[in-house]
Amino acid sequence: MANVVTSVARRALAPPPVGGKRRKALLPRARRNGTAWGFLIGAVLAFSFFSWYPIVREVLMSFQKPVYGGGNTWAGWGNYVRIFRDPTFWQAWRNTVEFTVLALVIGYLVPFAVAILLNELRHARGYLRIIVYLPVMLPPASALLLFVYFYNPQYGLFDDVLHFLHLPTSQWVFQPGTGFISTAMVSVVIASTWMNMGSATLIYLAALQNIPGELYEAAELEGAGIFRRIRHVTIPQTRLILVLLLMLQVVATMQMFIESFVLTNGGGGVGNNTLSVVMLIYQYAFAMSGASNYNSASALGVVLLLVLALFSGGFLWATRERD
Amino acid sequence: MAAFAAFSNRARQARHDRRARNRAATPATRTLISNVALNRARGKITYRIVLTLVIVVFTLVFIGPMYFLFTDAVKPTQEVIQTPPTLYPHSVDLGNFGDAWSRLDVGKMLWNTIYYAIGALAFQIVFDVAAAYSLSKLRPVLGNVVLFLMLATLMIPVTVLVVPQYVTVANMPFFHWNLIGTPEAIWLPSVANAFNIFLLKRFFDSIPAEYVDAAAVDGASAFATLWRIIMPMSRPILAVVSIFSLVAVWKDFLWPLLVEYGYTPTRETLNVGIWQAQVGVPENLLIAASAIAAVPTILFFLVFQRNIMSGLTAGGIRG
Repeated sequence: MANVVTSVARRALAPPPVGGKRRKALLPRARRNGTAWGFLIGAVLAFSFFSWYPIVREVLMSFQKPVYGGGNTWAGWGNYVRIFRDPTFWQAWRNTVEFTVLALVIGYLVPFAVAILLNELRHARGYLRIIVYLPVMLPPASALLLFVYFYNPQYGLFDDVLHFLHLPTSQWVFQPGTGFISTAMVSVVIASTWMNMGSATLIYLAALQNIPGELYEAAELEGAGIFRRIRHVTIPQTRLILVLLLMLQVVATMQMFIESFVLTNGGGGVGNNTLSVVMLIYQYAFAMSGASNYNSASALGVVLLLVLALFSGGFLWATRERD
Repeated sequence: MAAFAAFSNRARQARHDRRARNRAATPATRTLISNVALNRARGKITYRIVLTLVIVVFTLVFIGPMYFLFTDAVKPTQEVIQTPPTLYPHSVDLGNFGDAWSRLDVGKMLWNTIYYAIGALAFQIVFDVAAAYSLSKLRPVLGNVVLFLMLATLMIPVTVLVVPQYVTVANMPFFHWNLIGTPEAIWLPSVANAFNIFLLKRFFDSIPAEYVDAAAVDGASAFATLWRIIMPMSRPILAVVSIFSLVAVWKDFLWPLLVEYGYTPTRETLNVGIWQAQVGVPENLLIAASAIAAVPTILFFLVFQRNIMSGLTAGGIRG
């Protein structure tokens, strides 16, 4: 039935077999293209205004400077020189790298371990999956304000717990100090992991469920213990997802903004020790009253873009399938 | 006609499969640890201990904070900031919710957020579905170039572009509209979502050309084909895209902070409004407001839980 319909349709839609003039075939084709572009045009306009044009404009703006009285003029590398000379720029990069590394150690390994654990349980699977994912659904500001309250040095819950256990209390996000693993940044990472780890965990769980059981069977028959089975079956079988999520996570954590912004109430911590690059973009462009500078912010955006592009490109190249 | 019959058959089959899957609570294939090992005496005990530990620890870690979100919301101010903290509210003050509601204008912010989210959803469904349909089934000239340029934007992290996007929205090229402070500042940019286009086009590609051809034979226009053949067949992917788009607006922070901040009466989303109230509002009211903000999302999640989770994994991967 379907085949008959199709062949009829094919014949009906096919251009007339008569050789003759090409004009005749051109008109319906033009009309078809017109219809197709009619459907496409809305999205194309949206992409032009809000995606493609801003990309070009960011690069242009990074090489411009405003002229007194209105308009722009070319500034050469001026904006770049200016941001490179700003000590906060290097501080922000250092913090962002620190956050990314810590978020990898905590936020990348924990969901994978949790997924392996959940996949082995035969009970309460639905419940556990729901509660792990629940924080992801909270409005981020709600989740983070909860942590602001837990971290509060005067009446915060975490200090009360430490006090109860007779451990030294902490200032948490407002702990001064900029060592590579600073308390302030670890606090940000804890809050960030709590509210974000659900999605990675569920994606890993789905990947784990696709591993053929025979592989574990075979490994066990050959005498492999649990850890060797993880090492030689689980990890190779989920490698693709692991690699992909690793890249997505690094790109996402390098753009950290709301966590530090809400936890430190927009300040960036004591001595800017949790200020991230995106926060610095925000500060350059919008938060320096009177001195706001879209051009320096654009230059910083271009630098971040290049770093992320280099990272993703290099990462994809390094992890490509080699056969 | 054949098309609809095939479709309803497929839907019935899918429903059947889903029920069958739900019935089997334990995984069919073996996992890291075999059922045999778990059925040994030592395995059973270890499993019970691990299971109990996992349930207790996970409940504490993931539900615990939310417990405080809701219990602290009903404590009076002194009790919230007292040390050591009370594990349960000693005096319940439900008036906090009312105070928070009126002082922070939570109702208005909630309405704003819903308004922005539904509007963005409508814009995305209309324009992204039309574009994906065009790219997948109508295939115009230069369609592949457009698709490539759209997908290329997936490589550009969103936050990097906030400054030029802001400047563009503040003064739209050609039109010279200033969209700052209007809902369109959230609605229109949300259409430029390459991930939606990718998901929709991939799904439309999997719909056999026979359906479209059959509709053409019956004299259906391109729009009728989309509306009456493609859309009804694409319900699963439309659900995924809708959920992603609602959640994205609900959770977005930096963009609404830039474009909807600082108006009276407030135009902020809940997410921005709650952050902004951090200064000068007593702790318990702030927590009460956070709790109110959390309730709709928690309900939404519990209702659409299955769609959200399957969308997360089947619909592709999004950090």
